[in-house]
Amino acid sequence: MRGYAGKLLDIDLSGEKIREVELTEKMLQFYGGRGLGTYLLWKELGEEWEKVDPLGEKNILLILTGPLTGYYPGMKTAVVSKSPESNGVIGSVLSSEAGLELKAAGYDGIIIRGRAKNPVYLLVNDEDIEICDAEKYWGMGGIELYKSLLKDAHGRLERNWKLRGIPKEPAMLYIGKSGENKVRFSVIMTKLMHAAGYGGFGAVMGSKNLKAILVKGNGPLPDVYDKEKLRALLRDFWEEFFTMNTFRQWGTGPGGYSVGRDRSSQPVRNWQKEYHDDERISVVNFELKAWIKKYWADYGCPVNCMKISYLRYGPYKGSLTDAPDYELMAYLGTNLGIFEPEKIIYLSYLVDELGLDGINAGNVLGFTAELYQRGILTEKDIGFKLDWGDEKSFARLLHLITEKRGIGKILAEGTYRAALEISKMKGIDVMKYAVHVKGIGVGAHGIRSELDYTKNISYAVSVQGGDHTSTATLPAKSYEGEIVNAYYDSAVICNFLTKPGFERILEFGNYVTGFEITPEKWLNEMGLRIIHLQRILLLLGGPDVHWDPRIHDDNPEHFYEPLPNGPVKDKAPTKNGIREKVRQYYREMGYDENGIPKEEMLEEFGIGEAKREVKRIRKYLNL
Amino acid sequence: MDASSDESERAWILITPDKCSGCRLCEIICSLEHEGIIWPEASRIRIYEFIPGINIPHTCVQCPDYPCMEACNFDALAVDESTGAILVEEEKCTECGACVLACPGTVPRIPKGKGSVIICDLCGGNPKCVEICHEAGHDALTLVKGKYRSVYRTFAKDPVKKSFELARKVYGEEFVG
Repeated sequence: MRGYAGKLLDIDLSGEKIREVELTEKMLQFYGGRGLGTYLLWKELGEEWEKVDPLGEKNILLILTGPLTGYYPGMKTAVVSKSPESNGVIGSVLSSEAGLELKAAGYDGIIIRGRAKNPVYLLVNDEDIEICDAEKYWGMGGIELYKSLLKDAHGRLERNWKLRGIPKEPAMLYIGKSGENKVRFSVIMTKLMHAAGYGGFGAVMGSKNLKAILVKGNGPLPDVYDKEKLRALLRDFWEEFFTMNTFRQWGTGPGGYSVGRDRSSQPVRNWQKEYHDDERISVVNFELKAWIKKYWADYGCPVNCMKISYLRYGPYKGSLTDAPDYELMAYLGTNLGIFEPEKIIYLSYLVDELGLDGINAGNVLGFTAELYQRGILTEKDIGFKLDWGDEKSFARLLHLITEKRGIGKILAEGTYRAALEISKMKGIDVMKYAVHVKGIGVGAHGIRSELDYTKNISYAVSVQGGDHTSTATLPAKSYEGEIVNAYYDSAVICNFLTKPGFERILEFGNYVTGFEITPEKWLNEMGLRIIHLQRILLLLGGPDVHWDPRIHDDNPEHFYEPLPNGPVKDKAPTKNGIREKVRQYYREMGYDENGIPKEEMLEEFGIGEAKREVKRIRKYLNL
Repeated sequence: MDASSDESERAWILITPDKCSGCRLCEIICSLEHEGIIWPEASRIRIYEFIPGINIPHTCVQCPDYPCMEACNFDALAVDESTGAILVEEEKCTECGACVLACPGTVPRIPKGKGSVIICDLCGGNPKCVEICHEAGHDALTLVKGKYRSVYRTFAKDPVKKSFELARKVYGEEFVG
């Protein structure tokens, strides 16, 4: 076994039991990260999946590395669990050195089960594992945690090992207040401004009374299969990445203006529009007004796409966040009718400190504001006016959501569940204003204009729902589709570092692991197996939410309304056109005509046991 | 050390923390070069990030009085006369930690499993970390020459302290508290 540490840490918070689990051949078929996580969750919970409450004691939270973690340029760590948003498996990948530290500590990942009686944090220092009291850190946001918890923990490591010199800081994953309060779209954060967003895993961590996970590894990364070839390829990749100049200069920031202006695919006022040409949101204004660090990178990243914004003046002085990246420029900016950098930085800082997912938070806020615009929700319902562009009111709403007070209690359930509740409350169907796919707010790349990488069924059939980092495409087995996205999330590498191309990245992976994975093998077997299993668990869902592929393998209603302005005004897909493409996708993936994985395929994949799950899906859907 | 060598020009790694992006390609190349494998804690240069965005490169500054070498009771440390760098004789090192305690910046590191202390050897005069930092477009590490050896040891400072000092400058007093 090369490239892997060979074992997982298994921690039961209920009984404070800690053990190690060896990686098996079967597990390696799922590679790592999202793939391995899907397998582990299915293995343990598959038989009673629809009964497992994502926020209950039974759910399992996985922090996983992939075989490429630490070797491949850039640094990512995967979080996988039963999602309280989609009720399927979501693999969420964040920029954290936790993966590197885990591998250096001798683990490929951590399995976290149960629920601690009182708030705790985990401290992993090689094979020394401690479950520590976190009472005094409860309620804290990232800034306070770095100044207290991280400093205290590092001080302890340093004192214990005084004669060995000063270890580097442990990596820290943590939740904010919204995770503690189990807001469905709360996140697992790291380094003040990075998050595992999609999935709502802050709430899962909060439901386990787990405030933070700190990991320090002191050893080398596991041995690789072919050192020399790997080193040469690493060198080549570095040189290619050094040439990614626009990314290096601005990260994804130019999108704030260009995705709307050039592609007509940016959310504006809850997706009522996707075109704008407001120059105030241009990346240059963020740089001039707020960037205090222009080149910031995670471990091993030659690109440095991150920029740190810090406001030193004005009403939002002290706001600290990354660039913000394009997604948050869109979701906490244009989607709310806000175009001024300072206001977007402020809201971005706020979601980071509260531990909310900026995409899904912006999605919920936009949804609520549209209901207010239409007079469906009133000032009385909300407690104040909620006009487009009014960042102060949106900030108030974020606090209400975090505290689950007033209207915030309903909105804290996420756009989909809030839409169900408000529809009931008002006796009007408001689901048509909810821009989600299978409980996941759609990323800030629309499909109507067909000028972006996202098109027609990108979200409708993806096993990760509205996740813009794992989208489906036709042909289904192309390098741009979700099967290859599943490779990146299972190898656990950064989506922005895929320039060398899938084939060469596979080659890199093979030098690490010694496996002989070809693109065909991944597309037709390994990757497809992961997607099939994810699809099965997504369709099982439960206990509170189930998806019917005949209804829910579809776009949000807004995406069928003709674009109201811009160079591709009036463009929109048709329902029939999408349905036809969805059917095409089923055929190419090997699903049946209703979009359900076929039993014989599962046998072929060596996961025949999952047939019992497919039977339950059919039964539930009366098929 | 005699006065003449103290006077001579020697290569030195000048660190400008403000320019460090935290990419840590220097750590990777250093451990690949010295250990043949990626080993973050066994890199002779390490980038600390106690506060996100505050990246602190930390490596040997070649104090002219070599307190680490003076403290070693096992003759495991020697000076490379061509560069002024410390050379570790791994077989002689007992991992006692005397050099770690003697260093004004706690620079030496004894990573678990290594079997000896690690200290920057300046790669014999062409440090790979400096090369890659330049290639990566940062120049947070540069190779300089000059007759300022007496000053070098003042750059050896505790990385935790350095972090909070830089954070105070970058994020301000209110942030650091």
